[in-house]
Amino acid sequence: MNWSLPENVSTFGAQIDSIYYLILGITAVIFFAVEALLIYFIIRYRHKEGRKAAYIQGSTRLEVLWTAIPLLILVLLAFQSRSVWVAVKDPARIPPDALELRVAAKQFEWNVTYPGPDGRLGTADDFTRRSQLRIPVDRPVRITLTAEDVIHSFFLPEFRVKQDAVPGMEIPVWFQATRTGEFVLGCAELCGLGHYRMRGTVTVQTAEEFDAWQREQSTQAGAAAAN
Amino acid sequence: MSATAIEHVGAHAVQHGDLPFIRKYIFSTDHKVIGIQFLIMSLGFLLVGGLLALTMRWQIAWPGRAIPGGGILPETMAPGGIMLPEFYNSLVTMHGTFMIFFAIMPLLVGVFANYLIPLQIGAPDMAFPRLNMASFWTAVPAALLMIASFFVEGGAAAAGWTSYPPLSAVAEFSGVSTGQELWCLSLIILGFSSLMGAVNYITTVINMRAPGMTWFRLPLPVWALFITAILVLLAVPILTGALILLYFDQVLGTGFYLPERGGQPLLWQHLFWFFGHPEVYILILPPMGMVSEILANGARKPVFGYHAMVIAICAIAFLGWIVWGHHMFQSGMNPMLGSTFMVTTMIIAVPSAIKTFNWLATLWKGDIHFTVPVAHALAFVGMFVIGGLSGVFMASTPVDIYIHDTYFIVAHIHYVLFGGSLFAIFGAIAYWFPKMFGRMMNDRLGWIHFWLTFVFYNLTFFPMHQLGLGGMMRRLYDPTQYPHLEPLQPLNRFVTVNALLLGAAQLLFVANFLWSMFRGRKAVANPWRANSLEWSAPSPPPHGNFTVTPIVYRGPYEYSAPGAEEDYLPQDRPPAGQPAPAPELVPAQ
Repeated sequence: MNWSLPENVSTFGAQIDSIYYLILGITAVIFFAVEALLIYFIIRYRHKEGRKAAYIQGSTRLEVLWTAIPLLILVLLAFQSRSVWVAVKDPARIPPDALELRVAAKQFEWNVTYPGPDGRLGTADDFTRRSQLRIPVDRPVRITLTAEDVIHSFFLPEFRVKQDAVPGMEIPVWFQATRTGEFVLGCAELCGLGHYRMRGTVTVQTAEEFDAWQREQSTQAGAAAAN
Repeated sequence: MSATAIEHVGAHAVQHGDLPFIRKYIFSTDHKVIGIQFLIMSLGFLLVGGLLALTMRWQIAWPGRAIPGGGILPETMAPGGIMLPEFYNSLVTMHGTFMIFFAIMPLLVGVFANYLIPLQIGAPDMAFPRLNMASFWTAVPAALLMIASFFVEGGAAAAGWTSYPPLSAVAEFSGVSTGQELWCLSLIILGFSSLMGAVNYITTVINMRAPGMTWFRLPLPVWALFITAILVLLAVPILTGALILLYFDQVLGTGFYLPERGGQPLLWQHLFWFFGHPEVYILILPPMGMVSEILANGARKPVFGYHAMVIAICAIAFLGWIVWGHHMFQSGMNPMLGSTFMVTTMIIAVPSAIKTFNWLATLWKGDIHFTVPVAHALAFVGMFVIGGLSGVFMASTPVDIYIHDTYFIVAHIHYVLFGGSLFAIFGAIAYWFPKMFGRMMNDRLGWIHFWLTFVFYNLTFFPMHQLGLGGMMRRLYDPTQYPHLEPLQPLNRFVTVNALLLGAAQLLFVANFLWSMFRGRKAVANPWRANSLEWSAPSPPPHGNFTVTPIVYRGPYEYSAPGAEEDYLPQDRPPAGQPAPAPELVPAQ
């Protein structure tokens, strides 16, 4: 049994993973304790000729005990989780120097709009690539996520990113890659008969490679537009 | 408590003792017959729903390979036996819909609420027997419409059992128009059926308890079913309202859920889960009640912490209303709201933990008799622990980012609904079968079925946690399309093989059920030496249930009480030294 998560390549991913392993540890202890007790009782108190069950109605002390302890653990887990959640999802926490991209989901592709060399969206050097998300390493990326037809879900397993793309909404998503490489972009929400093939690739490059690529693509896009 | 109601219904029942076949077995007002009608119908759906899942699993394990025997499927589903993605989406949708709305929910609130409530509270029937009949006969057209949707142009609904718009609202997006509309209509009609049942159960428990049956002498299944009926009464109309709006979006061109017409897709999700989360507890509270009953009886010991159990049921029912947002952590809902729902969700795990500890304490120092129902109840406890603990992972919002919409969720829901609800249902059927049909289920077949189901169930669903942690999304027609899922394919095939074996094992249950119904060993009135009132009535009880209205002297879990000769003490047995009341003093039937 493998309970570990796949490799993480985002800055906040390690915090998410540590909460996962914390919960895994706590639940594993409870799981083995409860199941062991259950099996022990089943064997120890199995019916035998002449055995009579004890007449016990309950115990207020025990009820208080096994209400208070789980409550304490769960509320602490909630507060532990909350700080990570806010760091990941609160739009106010998105680093201000982030690279701005737009991702528009539609059946069954992810259209990524890049700002071009000027670094600003909504200008003439913007260009769009289908299902190819290319980003620089070690720099925060802020994506404005939209959907054109139905709900999709923008899922980057290795980055610990998941966010539904909802028609009529513009939802901010951010993350920062910690290493270069090729990763998976998938759709996690049933979006129609091509849901299973609505995949893309994430390419993480060095800042120099990324800038060079943007310039090249932007020139091509400009040339194509001029023709 | 109204004695006149009892007399009236009782007299009515006796008058119609010799009914023609059609009034006795088809259009019956007897709660027991209606319960058995629901039983047959929902077991049928359980079987078909399972078959849909197996067909789906085949495609996941061997994408694009012809389904064995799939040649009989039409070109629009699987040409040459090879499944089309649109048919796969219909299977996903209809498996969930069948199991939740037409199998597990009616098995609990249609079958056991109907069968057990009047018998366990000592009433001759439901408060409104004709409404009860109408409830079943409203569910039938709903079921027929849902089945018919497979055979209309475009096939059955394909937007998932959660039916998120715009996919479910606009035919061009899903490729299914009539099927989606029939899905809405069927569930709208089914909603009315549920409501008729719920008002009946609530009224019956409040008004028709036998003399001496105080609230805290009610058996726990009655408590659970009573609270569940309140949840049904309050939650189902919300779904019905949401469905009507969805239907209008589909056929009238309104735009409640469509942004280009001024609507909002998240509105559906809020309404659906505002119903959907209480619904989850509708599917687990009755099993909890029935398992408590079976465990106390099996361990020959009072339920540990009866009052705590009742309070936990009520706490779950209350908290169940304020956790729906945990289905929407990644939906685009304000993330700050997500934090609030995380706290309530963590807290709702507490009453479930209380119940688990009380079950364990019920077994402690008991004298556990291993019968088929007890085996299922013990399995319920063991499996429910897994389903409960896996819930903590997705309750934590940051962890949910990763596991949301993956197979981890699929594993969780099946540990709760199969490992939990369905094991309890198998146990409850075996436990109350002698009362229902006057015959015992076959013990050997029951044990073989139990062990095969237990083993293959775990081999099927436990690895799904691993699939989810590996990043496998739900509802994928062909996982091999993703490079990161390639290494999981052997595990997917392992799951499918075990699912097929799990499915095959269920044939033993069908065989046992049918054989025992006609050929099983004759059952005595009280084969489990149990305390609650249904065991004072003959097996099966006649129309009107009790020849004499029972008088209740004590709670339902007086097992192994000091001073008693036997290890059980029925609720209606007069205390020692006190003579049984003369029959003429008891309200006449």
